[in-house]
Amino acid sequence: MTTPTLMPYDEALARFEPVLGIETHIELGTYSKMFCGCATSFGAEPNTQVCPVCLGLPGSLPVTNHAAIEGIIKIGLALNCSIVEWCRFARKNYFYPDMPKDYQISQYDEPLCVDGYLEVEVDGAVYRVEIERVHMEEDTGKSLHVGGATGRIQGADHSLVDYNRAGIPLVEIVTKPIPATGDKAPLVARAYATELRELVRSLGVSDVRMEEGSMRCDVNVSLMPRGASEWGTRTETKNVNSLRSVERSVRSEIERQAGVLDAGGRIVQETRHFHEDTGRTTSGRSKEEAQDYRYFPEPDLVPMAPSREWVEELRGSLPELPAARRRRVQGEWGLSDLELRDVVNAGAVELIEATIAAGTDAGSARKWWMNELSRRATEQGTELAELPITPEQVARIQAMVQAGELNDKLARQVFEGVLAGEGTPDAVVAARGLKVVSDDGELVSIIDGVIADNAAVADKIRAGKVAAAGALVGAVMKATRGQADAGRARELILERLGAS
Amino acid sequence: MAGNPIDRRNGFHMLDEHAAQGGAITRDQAAHLARLSRLALGDDELGRLAAQLDQIIAAVARVQEVAADDIPPTSHALPLTNVYRADEIRPSLTPEQALAAAPAAEGGRFRVPRILDEEA
Repeated sequence: MTTPTLMPYDEALARFEPVLGIETHIELGTYSKMFCGCATSFGAEPNTQVCPVCLGLPGSLPVTNHAAIEGIIKIGLALNCSIVEWCRFARKNYFYPDMPKDYQISQYDEPLCVDGYLEVEVDGAVYRVEIERVHMEEDTGKSLHVGGATGRIQGADHSLVDYNRAGIPLVEIVTKPIPATGDKAPLVARAYATELRELVRSLGVSDVRMEEGSMRCDVNVSLMPRGASEWGTRTETKNVNSLRSVERSVRSEIERQAGVLDAGGRIVQETRHFHEDTGRTTSGRSKEEAQDYRYFPEPDLVPMAPSREWVEELRGSLPELPAARRRRVQGEWGLSDLELRDVVNAGAVELIEATIAAGTDAGSARKWWMNELSRRATEQGTELAELPITPEQVARIQAMVQAGELNDKLARQVFEGVLAGEGTPDAVVAARGLKVVSDDGELVSIIDGVIADNAAVADKIRAGKVAAAGALVGAVMKATRGQADAGRARELILERLGAS
Repeated sequence: MAGNPIDRRNGFHMLDEHAAQGGAITRDQAAHLARLSRLALGDDELGRLAAQLDQIIAAVARVQEVAADDIPPTSHALPLTNVYRADEIRPSLTPEQALAAAPAAEGGRFRVPRILDEEA
């Protein structure tokens, strides 16, 4: 097989129009599995959370976890879906050792939730992503391929399987084809995954951690020549496991498909794998040879018929969703669209809200999270929410600033101490001896020294040029290494120079 | 799967194909089924089993003679819906118990032959 030439992105977009489709799998955070009582903890020793049901042993029977159905209905409602009045599980039959039953319990032509949408924003434009279906299924076991390249199927001698994950409730969310995104396609794909993650997180039904696999995206891309009306053949890139990879995989697949089409080739409908290291996809299983799954209604589970009362009760229990929350905080905090976008992109909405709830004004809460703490998160290559400081601690530091016990410069030292694990803000203040010098006696003697050293400036102030006081305040702050109360210092300077 | 029309035949696939072909299971279909089931069947076996499958399907297909439009397909014998369990953890097996029936195990995991080009 020859390696096709990639077409540069801009050229590809000038000639072709991409159509996207995204399938997302989300593991629900229930205590127990979908059809049995095994625990669902991530990272447990292999095969310690398994039983006859999830091992597919003869004679065992599944029983549906009520909390999982509640979770998927909440997701469906949050995605503006209709919840069907009656549906069944289906068996998806296939021979692969990740499911010991030789089938996966899923849903086929009767998904629980249908016809929704999710709005996402890219560069100020809103894209409405239509949701085809949201269905309930069970996750599969994890295979470790031994021999050959580590963890890869090619060249493996044998595989080792851990069934702890087999049977964990899994929700699959399938979009309709997303047309007309043009050169924004990679960004729209990423924005969709981001918004979906925020939405599901806000519902509290999953921890949606892509790095741990509790949210996984399969990204479909096809190209058609500009002006054409018939969609091209699509490929499906499997298990794209970070938001950045979602964006990169779309971009890469557009460049690759454009290259193939340009060379007169045809796109093969197939599964592809995304490689984090190269940012490229490689061919996997060809869909034309994909197995016939021989779906049929699951005889071991009775149909589900969620009552309308229950659905409405769940609808009423939904929390404020991220989009509504963003609109609200933008108004409450008086943010421009750009400021709001920065706050959202920094993942700071909840943190700022919690800081405000702990008693800080909106402006100060936003200032600390978006400036001081964002800078430190970037330095450490981490997310704001991962910083070892709580909104309550930020509020406490700001309260000390408000009370005049700290100024901004000292407050930054307190942040540094808290982030370095030196304890609570109060503990850091005590341990580092941080305190605004507000004892007038001490301050006056420093001010007198500063006035003596800056006679020319002092003369100007005496002559009525009050604005020049700033230079002396700066000198006082320098002399006290930031510990003076700048406001009080200014008052005292003006007083001593008879200018107040 | 995005963009794929959903096949509503739902398990009656074989019956429909059977009817469409005027009622004969071909050797190719038998070979396809064998491959899906990971059965290595010889030529003579395929011929014999295709004929037997044909008889079985033909017998089951007789149901369609009485299935009028006003009779919905039945997937469950009992008129039950909404049977759920509470989200409570129950004891699992020990790893030793879990692996007891495994043909091979290694490092607490089930050891299986390598799989080529079939990543699900």
